[in-house]
Amino acid sequence: MKAYLNPFLLYKTVEKIPTRNGYGDALVELGENNPNVVVLTADLAESTRALKFGEAYPDRYIECGVAEQNMMGVAAGLAISGKIPFVSSYAVFSPGRSWDQLRVSVCYSKANVKIAGAHTGVSVGPDGATHQALEDLAITRVIPDIIVCAPCDAEETRKCTLAAAKHKGPIYFRFAREKTPVITTKNTPFEFGKAYVCREGYDVTLIACGPLLHEALLAAEELAKQHIEAEVINSHTIKPLDGKTIQTSLKKTACAVTIEEHQITGGLHGAVAEFCAQSYPVPIEPIGMPNHFGESGEPDELITKYGMRAKNIVKAAKKAIKRK
Amino acid sequence: MKTVKQLEKTANQIRQDIINMLLKAGSGHSAGPLGMADVFTALYLGGVAKLNPKKKTDPNRDRVVLSNAHICPVLYATLAHSGYIPHKQLKTLRQLGSPLQGHSNNHFNNGIETCGGPLGQGISQAIGIALSARINRTTNIEQRTAQKNRSSKLEIQKSNYHTWCLMGDGELDEGQCWEAFMLAGKMNLRELTVFIDRNNIQIDGPTEEIMPLEDLTAKFKAFNWFVIEVDGHNIREILDAMKKAKSMAANPTVIICHTIPGKGVDFMENKFEWHGKPPNKEEAKIALHELRTLGGKIYSEHQ
Repeated sequence: MKAYLNPFLLYKTVEKIPTRNGYGDALVELGENNPNVVVLTADLAESTRALKFGEAYPDRYIECGVAEQNMMGVAAGLAISGKIPFVSSYAVFSPGRSWDQLRVSVCYSKANVKIAGAHTGVSVGPDGATHQALEDLAITRVIPDIIVCAPCDAEETRKCTLAAAKHKGPIYFRFAREKTPVITTKNTPFEFGKAYVCREGYDVTLIACGPLLHEALLAAEELAKQHIEAEVINSHTIKPLDGKTIQTSLKKTACAVTIEEHQITGGLHGAVAEFCAQSYPVPIEPIGMPNHFGESGEPDELITKYGMRAKNIVKAAKKAIKRK
Repeated sequence: MKTVKQLEKTANQIRQDIINMLLKAGSGHSAGPLGMADVFTALYLGGVAKLNPKKKTDPNRDRVVLSNAHICPVLYATLAHSGYIPHKQLKTLRQLGSPLQGHSNNHFNNGIETCGGPLGQGISQAIGIALSARINRTTNIEQRTAQKNRSSKLEIQKSNYHTWCLMGDGELDEGQCWEAFMLAGKMNLRELTVFIDRNNIQIDGPTEEIMPLEDLTAKFKAFNWFVIEVDGHNIREILDAMKKAKSMAANPTVIICHTIPGKGVDFMENKFEWHGKPPNKEEAKIALHELRTLGGKIYSEHQ
């Protein structure tokens, strides 16, 4: 395990914080330091954590009502006139409902808009399938000139938000609803398009994004007990994918498992498979939603039901190794 | 400054350019561009809006957003007559490599501020642009206070401009428009004026058959907008409405422009069939002849 990670991350008592908190904290920090940062929300100020910014900087905070398409367009107009807008809603609505506006008003118009998608993955839980974003990475990734990112914990989300304000161009990044383990520390590196190796190994590469990175690290520990050394990569940026880091790892391991709380088509698995097909073909096993909608239930129950646990990753890793 | 008669003559030339562009392109929209030639002339050359091709990047320039971007031939022809683009560029409309794309975009530093095409998007962009001007004003106060308190070195662009957005009436079927109208009304966005091309047609037929919009004035009023109705071919009326809109203290303004689609070309006027197609060679010849004759009339009246 790399020294820059939380030393307690494999403990049962590991600290847990919702990733969206990192977004809220970073926004307030940005509000203080950058007068061009504007925050928009569509009647979800509290749960997207945009509210704190709104209270501190009411003149730069726009409550759009339940109207995500307009919100995305307004953000584009603000960006075209020099502002750095952060659009905050649930990912199923934005970019779910506002995809055309993201495509034309934001990306095609080269508008410097940051889109924050909350409540992603089945771990959204009791709200059920309609509110569990499992397609957001796919629908954003296919648009030219956008960065797509799934930070793994609150600290990485904070860094991602701060970095988003500095980058000139559209960025989509997603959060989870539940409290999830703190994996990184202030010293962990973060740069868009730069994956980092969390744990070194030579038998199989586990490529994860989002809070499920924690399950991947647990899986690697379990595999080690069975004398299989897994390399674990945090590929927080799905687009542009860090092919270089992934290929360097695959040259050692020659097989991979991708891990994401998203449909297994079109997201991280899709991106890695596309890269490997062109540059370095190896067997790749997917962990994610198998072409299925979610449902109501406790977050933990759903993660287990849909096979996104460390034990599932262990099984997938062994399968990938067999296919070498 | 051009007189109203001179503006009318320019509008006529813009209509002729539209016919020539569409003929050369072999595809594109005829009725909307012809119908909006007078509004565009008033907007760009009438002297009310702060638009100057020499000040394309001036932070205080007024902003124009074309929301129903399929009528961009009229925008392009007007930009040529205002000095934003070379006139000879007009014949490259819709060709590979041309800045004059099938729907207008902001990639070419030619005075076009936004990308349009999918209907309903421009109005939201325009609101964002107008809000940006407002935020600059209010944040300046905030910034000054902040600087006094902790000598912070925040930099912010000062700007003071009006945003003009052009929309079609068929476009108003899009739900996004009404989301946007609600927000502008809520925010008392007096920095924004919208022109609606009320020409009563859309691709599939008359607007009141496809999706009735009336009572449009009452709808806008209910959304906290100030409404002015004008004859969209009367340049003086349009300019007066623009002046009034700019002086509004508390509301966004909508100028409902009653226009004749295909205006100036007899066989195109009020025909929804001409919404989305260009004239062929024969039709263009007749259209140009009609417009030249009409142009002659305007000119002789002026003399």
